[in-house]
Amino acid sequence: MELAISIILIFMITGAIFAIHAKDLLSAVISCGIVGYGLVICFLLLQAPDLAIVQIVVETITLVIMVAVVLSSTREEIKVKYGSNEIISTLTGVLVVVVLFYFFTLATRHLDHLGSHALRMANAYVDGAAEKTGSANLVTGVLFDFRGYDTLGETVILITAVLGVITILRIKGKN
Amino acid sequence: MQGMSVIVKKVTQLIAGIIFLYGIYIIIHGHLTPGGGFAGGALIAGSFILLILAFGSDILKLKQEETGSSITENIAILMVLLIAVMGLLFGAKVFFINYLPVGTAGKLISAGVIPLYNIFIGIEVAAAILTIFLALVIFKEESTK
Repeated sequence: MELAISIILIFMITGAIFAIHAKDLLSAVISCGIVGYGLVICFLLLQAPDLAIVQIVVETITLVIMVAVVLSSTREEIKVKYGSNEIISTLTGVLVVVVLFYFFTLATRHLDHLGSHALRMANAYVDGAAEKTGSANLVTGVLFDFRGYDTLGETVILITAVLGVITILRIKGKN
Repeated sequence: MQGMSVIVKKVTQLIAGIIFLYGIYIIIHGHLTPGGGFAGGALIAGSFILLILAFGSDILKLKQEETGSSITENIAILMVLLIAVMGLLFGAKVFFINYLPVGTAGKLISAGVIPLYNIFIGIEVAAAILTIFLALVIFKEESTK
């Protein structure tokens, strides 16, 4: 299974790199879709159907909105010239990535195998969830009962995003 | 906003209702099968977006729909908070506690307040995605005028 996930990850990275360098914005958006649908297959291979359903629906809707609404006005890409500012910021970005990668390798050396150290918490949830919440789907039981504050935070994030979109677009539309 | 061709309109007539019903099914069975409020709400918003894109719409009608969907969204999130605050009045008096009877796992009416949270969060997600879409469409229509 790890081999299949690695192949899909390489495919997704190729799609993301192509999306940056594509000449036409429409092909860039469609190759962004490769990343999203590759993630759906990864979720299915890792046995997470809840996340796969959400990801496939949201990916389709964002792709439709991008193609039908956002892209039809400005199709061409804006060209950027490279000066000293861009070189300095690129070098800073590469430096930050190298430092972060070094410290991540130091940190992951002290962890156990992927997922095994988190099993104490997960076992406590899985053992009690069906009797305590009465929900046959354990993901929903954890999401709305044990981690209710998480769900409340997600919905507040969504409502804040809607407020931001409405505010910005209304100001621009009147001028 | 312009509509699309006859083929797209006919296929949309056939499948938009099925998508809407499937979203409601996923929300209501959220505590039994994979899925829940977020996935079902996104599906319901998808059926509305499909209808608007296929048939086109007048800009005044779009503005009315945007007002309605943003009001629906705010009422839904207030209902979620109201159900959570009701936990302070019943049972163990803790915020976000499951105060209704749990029932047997696997039945449609079970799991206490979890189906209620699923329904209202589904309405909220559907209205939020539809509001973002309508705001973008109205902005595009006004800027091309």
